[in-house]
Amino acid sequence: MPEQLFEYAPLPADRDDPLAGELMDMNMGPSHPATHGVLRLKVKVDGELAREIDPVIGYLHRGKEKSCESLGWRKFFVHTDRLDYLQPYLNNVGYALALEKLAGLAVPERAQVIRVLLMEVSRIMSHLIAVGVSAIDLGAVSIFFFTFQERERLYDVLDAYTGHRMNNTYVRMGGVYADLDDRVLASLREFFAEFGDKVDEWESLLTGNAIWHGRNRGVGKISREDALAFNLTGPNLRGSGVEFDLRKAEPYSGYETYDFDVPVGTVGDAFDRYLVRVEEMRQSARICKQAIERLDASRGAEFLTRDRRYVLPPKEAVHTSMEELIHQFKIVTDLALPEGEAYVGVESSKGELGFYLASDGTSEPLRCHVRAPSLMNVQAIPKLAEGGLLSDLVTVIGSLDFVMGEVDR
Amino acid sequence: MSLFLAQVLKVVVIFAGLVSAAGVSTLAERKVSAWIQLRLGPNRVGPFGVLQPLADGIKFFFKEEFIPQGATRWLFLLAPMLAAIPAMMTVAVIPFTGVIATVDGTPIYGSIADIDIGAIYVMAISGLGVYGIILGGWASNSKYSLLGGLRASAQMISYELSMILVILSIVAMSGTMNLREITDQQNANSLLGFLPAWNVFYQPLGFVLFVICTFAETNRHPFDFAECESELVGGFHTEYSSMKFALFFIGEYCAMIVMSCLTTTLFLGGAAVPFWAEAPWFVGLAAFVVKAAFFMFLFIWVRWSLPRFRYDQLMALGWKVFLPLALANVFVTGLVLSL
Repeated sequence: MPEQLFEYAPLPADRDDPLAGELMDMNMGPSHPATHGVLRLKVKVDGELAREIDPVIGYLHRGKEKSCESLGWRKFFVHTDRLDYLQPYLNNVGYALALEKLAGLAVPERAQVIRVLLMEVSRIMSHLIAVGVSAIDLGAVSIFFFTFQERERLYDVLDAYTGHRMNNTYVRMGGVYADLDDRVLASLREFFAEFGDKVDEWESLLTGNAIWHGRNRGVGKISREDALAFNLTGPNLRGSGVEFDLRKAEPYSGYETYDFDVPVGTVGDAFDRYLVRVEEMRQSARICKQAIERLDASRGAEFLTRDRRYVLPPKEAVHTSMEELIHQFKIVTDLALPEGEAYVGVESSKGELGFYLASDGTSEPLRCHVRAPSLMNVQAIPKLAEGGLLSDLVTVIGSLDFVMGEVDR
Repeated sequence: MSLFLAQVLKVVVIFAGLVSAAGVSTLAERKVSAWIQLRLGPNRVGPFGVLQPLADGIKFFFKEEFIPQGATRWLFLLAPMLAAIPAMMTVAVIPFTGVIATVDGTPIYGSIADIDIGAIYVMAISGLGVYGIILGGWASNSKYSLLGGLRASAQMISYELSMILVILSIVAMSGTMNLREITDQQNANSLLGFLPAWNVFYQPLGFVLFVICTFAETNRHPFDFAECESELVGGFHTEYSSMKFALFFIGEYCAMIVMSCLTTTLFLGGAAVPFWAEAPWFVGLAAFVVKAAFFMFLFIWVRWSLPRFRYDQLMALGWKVFLPLALANVFVTGLVLSL
């Protein structure tokens, strides 16, 4: 099928049509099936063409950044889960890395491996949603169920580990809350043994499908330069052919020691972004398999640093020693970080997720800022979809992959 | 008198059969989609959920009747009827089986009305169904509905044309517009001695075009732009609730059933049983139901497997691919027939 089927020209003004050139206001959202959350789009349509698009955000604003200032360093962990709720571990780790940078805290080897495993599992869970939901937007409803089936299995595994399905808050300053046991590792290994075949199966339904091609090829195209100018990161930037991945560019948590590839697109259209996400799932599975092997090898090692300045003493000690009890109380109520500021960016499934923290040396944070990649992605909607068909707007929204919890914070 | 009674009986049985088949199709749709999507589907009402359509019907009756502010009231009420009634009317000329009995020397056929212009009747009446969608979209006073209605009208024009051209080739081949006679011809002889003489073997291209066009004709996925739940939030039926919504639904399923029956009649020999030309009428009926059920399954299968086309792609497909192919089909058919 040819890429451009029709040339859409504005109607000539002198035509015998009293409504020529007049645009119709259409309101998509904040409760619309295709806007992925509470995004509102003010669209001016000319028949089927979306001439002007104006995204309105803020319907999910909960004051997360401000909450950090009043809650203190430790308690904000819980809130990071709720930023991009599809990938709680990634947010946790991003915040923990920023705290550790500020405090100059070292993280034990095993904790880093557990974190990498959790982050990659998060990425897979988030990409499963991205692929499934963009498919359902284009009418391929069954793909959504197939990807959700796998996501559900991952949730079950992590439920066994953390006791929660979402919003786990399992990462702590200096490590993770609890060790991964063999049972969880075994079920993860089982999952990843089959995962590659599942991805192939979805691809056989979508990647070679003529209708899927027709809907995605050439839609929402953004050039390399524009993608950089719009501050896009992650799969959206890589879809446009820029090989930038924080896991390679500025490795953290020992990513430099893992063997994985960074897929990039060529054209920068919705189809490229879809392909990048599918390939990233495979690469994440690759990293996970390596991490599982390392965890097998380092069984019994420390998963939380023993630096008692920032880490709670063991419960047993708290119950038996007055000093430890006081120490625990001090950490819980008023944990102070050294004066200074720190920024850490991690490669989340949506792009660069950054945490900027400023401390004046007291237990009250001076400033906490989240660089949310979803916000940049929402920003690019008008650029990508204006002048296209209304149906393409849905494709663009699906292919940009954002979560409103992170946009509004 | 008994002729009249037989006629009334046929009307009642076929109409009731159609409406209950629509109910069964909704259940089949949910069960098959569940099967495709690794789910269970409805299984609470009755054994294996077989009474689910009844429960749905009762639910629809008790839902709130809602007419949006600014809607054109009588058109808004008329639209669901316009969507459902033509679909139910079309079934009148479908020959479900051969001669059932002979009363006073007059054969009683397996269709309600055995008319000589059956093929034209089907196209004329089923084409009316789209008015319900257009009016529903326009009268709702909603922009989503309006766009859905507009899409439906454009889609209807571009697909009905190819469809009629395909039927034209069949009519040219058979030399009759009477659907019963078209069926009888497919039953009478065999092709090359081992294939049943069904039109699908004479008109393979026409068959493929016709089946695809029935999807567009019934506003069915992957051509369901009129509703398009992702961008138009349901399109023409966004503002409809309770029984009015159910009527749109019944209309859609009836249209699908009628189109399946029509495809069976035109291409798969209707009630013809392969290599058993003298099959009794109830065997023929069973054969017809099996063939039509296959197309119903196809409707469901495709819906839950494929992504949706884009509106302009559908138009391009209709005008730039299907129409030339259908015209070529008519041309080749005419050429072969004249030789």
